[in-house]
Amino acid sequence: MKNLACWLTALGTFFAPALLAQDEDTLVKGKAVFVHVCEPCHGVGAAKAGTTVLQYRYKGAKPALLSDRTDLTPEVVKAFVRNGVGLMAKFRKTEVTDAELDALAAYVTRKDKSKP
Amino acid sequence: MTLPPGVRSKDFTDALKQFGEAVGKEWVFTSDEDVNLYRDSFSPFWHEEEDPVPSAAVAPNSVEQVQAVLKVANQYKIPLWTISTGRNLGYGGSAPNMSGIVMLDLKRMNRVLDVNEANASCLVEPGVNYFDLYKHIQDRKLKLWLDPPDPGWGSPVGNTCERGGGYTPMRDHFEAHCGMEVVLPNGDVVRTGMGALPGAKTWQQYRYGFGPYLDGIFTQSNFGVVTKMGFWLMPEPEAHITGIVSAPRHDDLPRFVEILSYLLNTGAVQGTTRIFPGVGFTFGPPDPEYQALRAKPGGPSNAELEAYALKKGVGFWSTTLPFYGAPKVIAAQWEYAKEKFSAIPGITFRDGASYRFPLSPGEIEKIADPVSLGIPNLSFFGRPGPRSEGHIFFAPIIPMSGEGVFEAQKVFDKAFADVGQTANRGFLFPQSYFPRSFVVIFTFPIEHDVEKNKKNREMYKHLVKVAAENGYGEYRTHTAFMQDAMNAYSFNNYSLLRTHEAIKDALDPNGILAPGKNGIWPKRLRKARA
Repeated sequence: MKNLACWLTALGTFFAPALLAQDEDTLVKGKAVFVHVCEPCHGVGAAKAGTTVLQYRYKGAKPALLSDRTDLTPEVVKAFVRNGVGLMAKFRKTEVTDAELDALAAYVTRKDKSKP
Repeated sequence: MTLPPGVRSKDFTDALKQFGEAVGKEWVFTSDEDVNLYRDSFSPFWHEEEDPVPSAAVAPNSVEQVQAVLKVANQYKIPLWTISTGRNLGYGGSAPNMSGIVMLDLKRMNRVLDVNEANASCLVEPGVNYFDLYKHIQDRKLKLWLDPPDPGWGSPVGNTCERGGGYTPMRDHFEAHCGMEVVLPNGDVVRTGMGALPGAKTWQQYRYGFGPYLDGIFTQSNFGVVTKMGFWLMPEPEAHITGIVSAPRHDDLPRFVEILSYLLNTGAVQGTTRIFPGVGFTFGPPDPEYQALRAKPGGPSNAELEAYALKKGVGFWSTTLPFYGAPKVIAAQWEYAKEKFSAIPGITFRDGASYRFPLSPGEIEKIADPVSLGIPNLSFFGRPGPRSEGHIFFAPIIPMSGEGVFEAQKVFDKAFADVGQTANRGFLFPQSYFPRSFVVIFTFPIEHDVEKNKKNREMYKHLVKVAAENGYGEYRTHTAFMQDAMNAYSFNNYSLLRTHEAIKDALDPNGILAPGKNGIWPKRLRKARA
């Protein structure tokens, strides 16, 4: 048992940097998708309709800026992208591929408080 | 699985396999989950059988792949519906006009092929959107402006194929295009204008080339797949100012529009303008005093409205004049405009927005709607409120004259009253997206409410009919009303439509491209015409 624990520790030490690098890579890719696809509407500025609408809807109860949200899950992000909401039309897979959507969801939810 | 109209199951299965061989099987979409992504997000048929759902979607990445897809479609007589970025919202979005059609999604063809700063032009593929082109220009610090329409997520190629408009001096997008590459239904690749010349050095410089000028027939049509388009851009101006002009009386409108029209036609004013009423027009909460006036039995008289306008200092009619260019020149143009408008007694002037270019990112961030500065954005979608679920547009062209505006106002007020819409819908709000005419855009909200949508569709069809009876036609319409809009253009027993369909049959004998688009049907499916 003790040996197994040692092995697991060793494996963890060996793989952790690789996993971290992979996460980092996903976030970089996700950010690129966010900047390209989401920020024109959900960024900072007077012309950003998504931010304006969320400001109106939440009236300060939640951040209007998606990048400040800590309560979004990857499933919620994906559902909005693929189904649309209000005047936000849904996004096809030629606009945001499934792999890009995974990265985007990881990026948008990186501040999720429920994550360990 | 839904089948394309008139296609056998086995043929469709074989065709899908061949589409996969042409573009890569990961770019052929057939699952319900995937094809549902192509439904119109602003569909006027929500929750109804008529809501068009494609049978599949195929997404080529090159001209050769487009050719290969067309070859398969011809072999099995499979109808295709082409989209560029699929963001033609309000006019059909990314959806076809009927269920079962296969979407030809060009979003992956998203390359900016050339930007020429000296010539102020570019060459792009259909999957490029206005944000992409803007970024390409900004990243290279080129002193060029593009002309986006209200929503920046659309495609310059797609928008121009639908003959859309913007706000800057390059606002007539078809007028600003220069050269196309089109794949015909038989797979032949045609380049228009100077592009037909091998080794052409002036494809984006001279529009017409030699011989008949064909570009127009590839817009609002189903005669080919546009795979490249050139555009003239605008050299970044040194400055931009707007001037606001207000006339005090109701009956000033004919002279007011006559002067505005003169300024536009002589080039003194170069961007999109609009006529808006000072009285009752507000983005904020309505003025109780104005509401009380409107509530009077029989409505207020013009004299009462003029007195109200005078008291509020708003003017009866107003317009915003955009000027682009060197500061001294545009200041002189504004002064000249004032001089011309001063022929109207009591006219007033105000200076509007003023910018010197280039703007810093911080300055751009503060501008609520930078579209008239050539900066793509989506602020349009923040206007209808947080609960809006979509909209469709009814967009007739009316004369650019005061008398024409008054007449159109009466016609459409009556048309709404005919169908029980007695509520004050307000002024027509004519806009000069295109030279020599006004466009008026009526917005119908879309809701997830079958009865409301049905009622709006009936109203829409009534408006198209009444407009036609009074000599007005739409410049563009939603896929659901394309046949109605085209039927209005009925001179000489529909000779224009008959000509379109003669071209259609010659270029697309198997009728594979977008049957019914803009009311144009191929011979083999013509009986499907409503």
